[in-house]
Amino acid sequence: MDTINDRLMIAGREFKSRLWVGTGKYKNFVETKKAIDASGADVVTVAVRRVNITDRSKENLLDYLDPKKYIILPNTAGCYTVEDAVRYARLARAAGVSDLVKLEVLGDEKTLFPDTAGLIEAAKILIKEGFIVLPYTNDDPIVAKKLVDIGCPAVMPLAAPIGSGLGIRNPYNLKIIMETVKVPIIVDAGVGTASDAALAMEYGADAVLMNTAIAGAQDPFAMAEAMKYAVWAGRLAYKAGRIPRKLYATASSPIEGML
Amino acid sequence: MTIQVNGESRGVGEGQTVAALLQDLDIRADRVAVELNLEILDRNDFETRGLREGDRLEILSFIGGGAE
Repeated sequence: MDTINDRLMIAGREFKSRLWVGTGKYKNFVETKKAIDASGADVVTVAVRRVNITDRSKENLLDYLDPKKYIILPNTAGCYTVEDAVRYARLARAAGVSDLVKLEVLGDEKTLFPDTAGLIEAAKILIKEGFIVLPYTNDDPIVAKKLVDIGCPAVMPLAAPIGSGLGIRNPYNLKIIMETVKVPIIVDAGVGTASDAALAMEYGADAVLMNTAIAGAQDPFAMAEAMKYAVWAGRLAYKAGRIPRKLYATASSPIEGML
Repeated sequence: MTIQVNGESRGVGEGQTVAALLQDLDIRADRVAVELNLEILDRNDFETRGLREGDRLEILSFIGGGAE
């Protein structure tokens, strides 16, 4: 496949990789960078937090991830209200280099499921302020459509709860989302292993975002590489078009010429 | 005079600018967002914005994060 002509475009921006990765849960920045390089991802999510002013020996993440080389996608992780999410998005823009934000408005700490009513409200405010809002949402086609209608240039439905590794729990809803909205769909959260990522791409997702599946693996660097190939393989299979499922056999070898 | 920086009390010189404080703290201005009394400051205003007694300053930057 011609990968040059298979680039992902969102809001006029080109994204080289269809695997997006989070930068949390690594031991240090060296390991973070090593895993990201192994994954081949050019989009990395980051969180916005207070600078440690008492221990300034701590290095900055951006010393390792050059914003010229990677697309830095700040998130509003940890925000449970519209006000907090909007505040963190604004801080992210002030600290960063672009209007991109992965918007999260969480519903509760146990499931980390999105509060979709709050999500839509926060997205409206931020879009009005010129943000490019990529919303972390539920696997709900109606909510996805509402998010697109208010101006989100992509939607990021979850596969399963964040960090759960359960894989795609509702493939039929994901497929309905893909048919319902005509913007890129990035399956975000819940992927456990390479086959989950490949499956998401085979269903027609435009990209997959993950953190824990890589960072939490016994060998994060090997898993990062596995995810790179899985996303690629899934994308190729989707573009190639799979054969239909049938109940009975169809011989692959010709009958003609048999004795 | 005393201000709050990231939730901690800190003594600073009268009228010290945000830029000067960042320099004192050895923080690169182009890597952070600064919120002064809940107002997010434009980076271009760091040099001119003077601090006042009781100000609440938040200095934030990017850290590793996926979701949650």
